[in-house]
Amino acid sequence: MQIECRDVSLGYDGRQITETLNFSVSEGDYLCIVGENGAGKSTLVKTLLGLTSPMGGKVIFDKSIKTKDIGYLPQQAELQRDFPATVWEIVLSGCLGSMGMRPWFSKKEKQLAEENLKKLSIFDLKNKSYRTLSGGQQQRVLLARALCAAKKVLLLDEPAAGLDPVATNEMYHLVMELNHHEGLTVVMVSHDINAAVRHAKHILHLGNGLTFYGETGDYVASDIGKAFLGIGKCRRCDNE
Amino acid sequence: MNSVLNELGYYFSFPFVQYALIVGVLIALCSALFGVILVLKRFSFLGDGLSHTAFGALAIATVLGVNNEIYVVLPITAVLAVFLLKKGQNTKVKGDAALAMMSVGALAIGYMILNIFPGSPNIAGDVCSTLFGATSILTLDKTDVLICAVFAGVVIALFMIFYNKIFAVTFDESFSEGTGINTDAYNIIIAVVTAVIIVVAMNLVGSLLISALIVFPALSAMRIYKSFLGTVICSAIVAVVSAMLGIVISILASTPVGPSIVVMNILFFVLFTITGRFIKV
Repeated sequence: MQIECRDVSLGYDGRQITETLNFSVSEGDYLCIVGENGAGKSTLVKTLLGLTSPMGGKVIFDKSIKTKDIGYLPQQAELQRDFPATVWEIVLSGCLGSMGMRPWFSKKEKQLAEENLKKLSIFDLKNKSYRTLSGGQQQRVLLARALCAAKKVLLLDEPAAGLDPVATNEMYHLVMELNHHEGLTVVMVSHDINAAVRHAKHILHLGNGLTFYGETGDYVASDIGKAFLGIGKCRRCDNE
Repeated sequence: MNSVLNELGYYFSFPFVQYALIVGVLIALCSALFGVILVLKRFSFLGDGLSHTAFGALAIATVLGVNNEIYVVLPITAVLAVFLLKKGQNTKVKGDAALAMMSVGALAIGYMILNIFPGSPNIAGDVCSTLFGATSILTLDKTDVLICAVFAGVVIALFMIFYNKIFAVTFDESFSEGTGINTDAYNIIIAVVTAVIIVVAMNLVGSLLISALIVFPALSAMRIYKSFLGTVICSAIVAVVSAMLGIVISILASTPVGPSIVVMNILFFVLFTITGRFIKV
């Protein structure tokens, strides 16, 4: 068990937005967090990163994991798109969290950054300017940066947002490979429900008043899953 | 040409000209380094807002008869910088409005105070030199230069030590925060250093023009350079060259120092924009 949420409830400004959540993520797991907008997905991510504390309950990390060991791919902000920075500078900055007060990079960090660039086959983009890359390439760069920080867990917030279908598929494929071959635990927020059930081992569905946590197969078979996947009965059609 | 060089040589033999050059270059360098961060953080206007507030604070200090105004002006400006950098992040529109309000408000109140409690017979002259830069850069003595050098040394050292972290925090605050970097601490460092630079630089170019020293070199560099390091180094060089040329021109042509430096910066910006159309490094 790497991360365990025990009776966690989320909210902000004193207003609770989720039911109490109970779920756990074990090593090598692939958990997808799905749900409607405003259901608390992003708040949950922030809570897992330790940036906000839950209104109730506890997030328990295994002793072998610290917050800074979690690789994080945030939703892309507008601000970054015209930033003068090379791919190398950005990927290398992923190593900073584990460096403590040490101000400059050592050989070890540079090696790690290089490995991750190769792993995502963007090593040839190393000296390219970030702002001239395509959306898919930019996202790969940010994933490589996240890998520099990820010792065991990779936390992705809408990694395919704004990508075209081809780049989207590539992105999901990459994440799956990292999960399979590198044994990285993946926690992904997504509203691409079809991709979620195709790749994930577990699903956490956050809804307004409805929550589901379980294996992907069970989710697909459940009422809430069917409704969300669009394969359940539609009440309105039945009425006609 | 020879006569110009001779004239320059003649002026440079005076210590006060040398002092002015040293101080001018150091201030421009510091402003340019942190200017890159402010521009990329979308806080170009911060320099402007803070310097207007500093003007207000200066007016209060003058009326109170404080001996060394910097003890009043610096803390007020620093606190405000921290407040604005922290608050503005989440509430963008409100931060903008707050900044605009504060900057014009301080300007108005400052001028009011100076008029109600006149400290010297020539208020208009005083105000004009605070806003557009005093000739005081030409009346510096050795101690002033030393203090300025120490200031600049600290600012540059801070920038170099925290260079990588500052880059990370500027590029992507949520990632940095998520991977255990104390972003609040770095934002406070950035804010306080900015305040220090502004208060010190006010003497050089005046509080209306200080943001030119902050934004122009960074924006010029960004036209051509694609890497962060390249942008930082290039903007430092542009700032230093503009400051030197501006001061030299102001001595030769008897133009005001601050505006001369800013005009040089504008020329560089135009040059770099045109060059950037064809070459990107």
